[in-house]
Amino acid sequence: MTWFSSPDDVTGRLAGAGYLADVATATTAFLAGRLEKPLLIEGPAGVGKTELAKAVARSTGAELVRLQCYEGLDEARALYEWNYSKQLLRIQAARGENGPTQGWDATHDDIFTEEFLLTRPLLTAIRREQPTVLLIDEVDKTDVEVEGLLLEVLSDFQVTIPELGTVAATRRPFVVLTSNAARELSEALKRRCLYLHLDYPDAEREREIVTAQVPELDDAVARRLVETVVRLRELELKKAPSIAESIDWARTLVALEVRELDQAAITATLGAVLKHATDQDRAVRELKLRG
Amino acid sequence: MADGVAPTSGLVDRHIAFVEALRGAGLPVSLSEGLDAVEAWRALDWADRAAIRAGYAATLVKRPAQRPTFDALFDLYFPHLVGEGLPTLDPDTEDPAAGRATNPARDNAEAIAAFRDRLAAGLEAELRTDGGGTPASEADPADGAPSAALERLAAEAVGRFGAMPGRQPGQTAYSAYQTLRRLAPGELADRLAAGLLGDADSAAMDPAARLVAERRAARGIGRFTRLVEDDARRRIAERKSPAYVAEVAVRPSIDRVAFTAARRDDLEEMRRQIGPLARRLATRLAKQRSAQGRGPLDFRRTVRTSMSTGGVPITTRHRPKRPHRTDLVVLCDVSGSVAHFAQFTLLLTYALREHFGRMRAFTFVDRTTEVTSVLRPGRDPVEVMEELAASIQHAALVGRTSYGSALRTFRQEYGDALGPASSLLVLGDARSNYSDLALDDLRAMTHGIRAAWWLNPEHPRNWDTGDSAASRYGAVVPMVECRNLAQLEEFVQKVL
Repeated sequence: MTWFSSPDDVTGRLAGAGYLADVATATTAFLAGRLEKPLLIEGPAGVGKTELAKAVARSTGAELVRLQCYEGLDEARALYEWNYSKQLLRIQAARGENGPTQGWDATHDDIFTEEFLLTRPLLTAIRREQPTVLLIDEVDKTDVEVEGLLLEVLSDFQVTIPELGTVAATRRPFVVLTSNAARELSEALKRRCLYLHLDYPDAEREREIVTAQVPELDDAVARRLVETVVRLRELELKKAPSIAESIDWARTLVALEVRELDQAAITATLGAVLKHATDQDRAVRELKLRG
Repeated sequence: MADGVAPTSGLVDRHIAFVEALRGAGLPVSLSEGLDAVEAWRALDWADRAAIRAGYAATLVKRPAQRPTFDALFDLYFPHLVGEGLPTLDPDTEDPAAGRATNPARDNAEAIAAFRDRLAAGLEAELRTDGGGTPASEADPADGAPSAALERLAAEAVGRFGAMPGRQPGQTAYSAYQTLRRLAPGELADRLAAGLLGDADSAAMDPAARLVAERRAARGIGRFTRLVEDDARRRIAERKSPAYVAEVAVRPSIDRVAFTAARRDDLEEMRRQIGPLARRLATRLAKQRSAQGRGPLDFRRTVRTSMSTGGVPITTRHRPKRPHRTDLVVLCDVSGSVAHFAQFTLLLTYALREHFGRMRAFTFVDRTTEVTSVLRPGRDPVEVMEELAASIQHAALVGRTSYGSALRTFRQEYGDALGPASSLLVLGDARSNYSDLALDDLRAMTHGIRAAWWLNPEHPRNWDTGDSAASRYGAVVPMVECRNLAQLEEFVQKVL
C-alpha cells in the first residue's frame, strides 16, 4: 500500500487528524512511507514526536502498535516469548496417570506452536496483515543490545524464531522511532532510518496548534500565550516549555476563564508551563512579572 | 544506481559532488545513505526546494549538530538563486560583474544609511513574527529558517556593498567581511531592541524586558550576519566551484569549533549543548555501571517467582548492585587565556554535579579557591556562572596565572580533598608565566589517588612553546588535548 501520495497529501491528511506538520515533517513522513524505511525522530520532550506516529495511524486508518522502551527491555518483552507456564501445564497433562501417554517428540512439537507463543509488539507488527504503524517510543532508553535486535527487525522486517522458523512481514509497517537523545544511538541504527529532528515550532504554527487543540481559547489570549512561551524558551531554563505545556497552559486558562493574559494572570498560572522552582523564579525575574 | 535518471541531467553528478563535500566536511555519509537520498529525490518534486532539502536532510544527516554544515553546503550546491536573483530585487539593477563602481548612487554613504534603515525594519519585522523562535542551538531545519525577505536583504547587501572588483575585467569577488564591516549591523542592536520594546509592555523601561529584547536583537543580527556569509559563499561558489568554497569557507559543526576560537554566537550555542551533553554522559555512565553484571542472586524472590512455573526457576531474581561512586576533584584554571575553556569545563562540571553526588571543584588563577558550594545542584545555571565569575575576581591576588602557587595553596588548604577513592582533573593550558611549577606538589597530590588527568585546551603543537610547561606537567599527570565539545565528550566517556 502506498501510505501517502505526496508531501502535500501528508500535510492535508495529518491536519485532518489534528496534527499540523511543517514542510520538513511532511516530506520526511512521506518519504518514510514511500521508501518503506523506518523514521527516527529526535528532539526535545513534548514537541509532538509520539503524536506524529499516532496522527499517521489515525489519518491512514492503520492500527497503532506501540513498543514503549525502557532500561532493561529485552527480547522477551519486545519480540516474543514462550508461554512457559502453559507449556508446563501441557507437559504435565501429557504425562497422564500411569506414565507418559505421548512420546517426547510429539510433546516437543506440541509445545512450540502458535498456541504457546506470546507475541510482543515487534512481532505483532510484522505479522499483522492490515496496515500498521509501529511506534517504538523513547528508543534511547533501551540498552544497546535491544538496538541490535531492532537492526535485524527494521532492515529485513523479519524475525527468526528458532523453533518456528522465519516470520517475514507480509506488509511492511510504517515504523516510527522516537528519541530524546538521552544517549547517542548507534550509527548502524541511524543509517537504516530516515532522520527527522523535530524542534519547537515557530510562533505562528504554535499558535495554530494551540488554537486547534483548545478551540475555546480567546484569540488575543492565544497570541499572548505563544508570545510568552517563546520568550520563556529564550531564557536559560532547566526545562524549556514544550508544545504540550503550551496546550496545558491554554487549557488551564480556559478552565480558569481567564479573558486577558496580563502579568498577574501569567504569574498565577506559571506552574502549568514551568515545572522547576528555579525556572519559575527565573521567569518571574526576567520577564519582570511580580517579583 | 540511478536508473531512470537521464545521465545527461547533471543531477547525479551534482548529487555525488554534494555527498563528497559532506564527507569532506566530516559528515559520515555512507553509500547506502547516498542511495537513499537518490531514492528520496526521485520520489519528490524536484522543483520544490524545501522538500528536496528536507529529503536530503532526512537521508543524510543523522545528528542535529551537523545540520548547520549540511545547510551551508546545500546552499552551495543547490543555491536558492543565481546571481542577483530576482530582477525586482533592486531598482538600480545593473551588471553585478562590473563591480560596484559603475553606479555611485547604488553604493555610497547615503545608500548605506538608507539600506541600514531598511535592514533595521526588516529585522524588526522578522523578529516580531517569529519571536526569535527556536534557540539557535537546536539547529533548526528549514522551517525555523530566516524568512525569504531577510534572505533577499542579505543578497542585496552582498551584491551592493560587498563586491570587490577583480583584477581582470568583468571579474568580481564578494566579501562577507567587507559587507559586514561597511554595514556594521551590530550597531543596529540598540535601535532594534528599542523597536522591539516599543509596543511590548508597559514595562518597556524596565531592565529585564530590555535584556530580553537586547538578546533577541543580537540573535536577529547574528542571523543576518550568517545570511550575508552564506550569500557571499554562494556567489563565490558560482564563480569558482562549490567544491572550492566547501573546502575553504564552510565552518565546522559546533562540536568541532575550538573553545579558544569560538565566536560569540558559537559560545552561546555551545553553552546550550553542555546541558544535554552532561545528561547524555550521565545516562551512559549509569548504564555502563548497571550493565557490568547483575547483582548477587536473590534466593527468596527467585523461589517465589518459580511458583508460577511449577517450581522451575525459569527466571532468576537478583539483588540490586551497590552503586559505584565517582569521587571527583576538579581543579580549574580560570585566568583570561583559558576563560572560554574554563567556562565550558565548569559548566560541564556543574552539569555533571547534578548526576554525581561527590564532587569538589576548585578554581585558581594564582591561588586556589573552593567553588563546590557555588555549584550546588538544582541552582539556576546563569546565577551559578555569575557567582563563579565574581569569585574568580576574588581568587586572583596578582592576576597572573601561577600554577606553582595554585598547586601549593591547594595542597596546603585542601589537601584532604584527595583520598584513595578520588580522581583528580586539572583543567588548564599549563602556561605559568615562567614561574615556579611546583612539580613536587603536583606529584604529591597525585600520589595515592585513583586517577589523575590534565585537560589542555591547546593544540599539541603549541605545547611547550613560550611559557607552556605542558610536557613537564604531562610527565606527572597524563595530559589530554581538549579543544572542542567533541573531544570533551570523548574524554569524559573514556575516563569517568
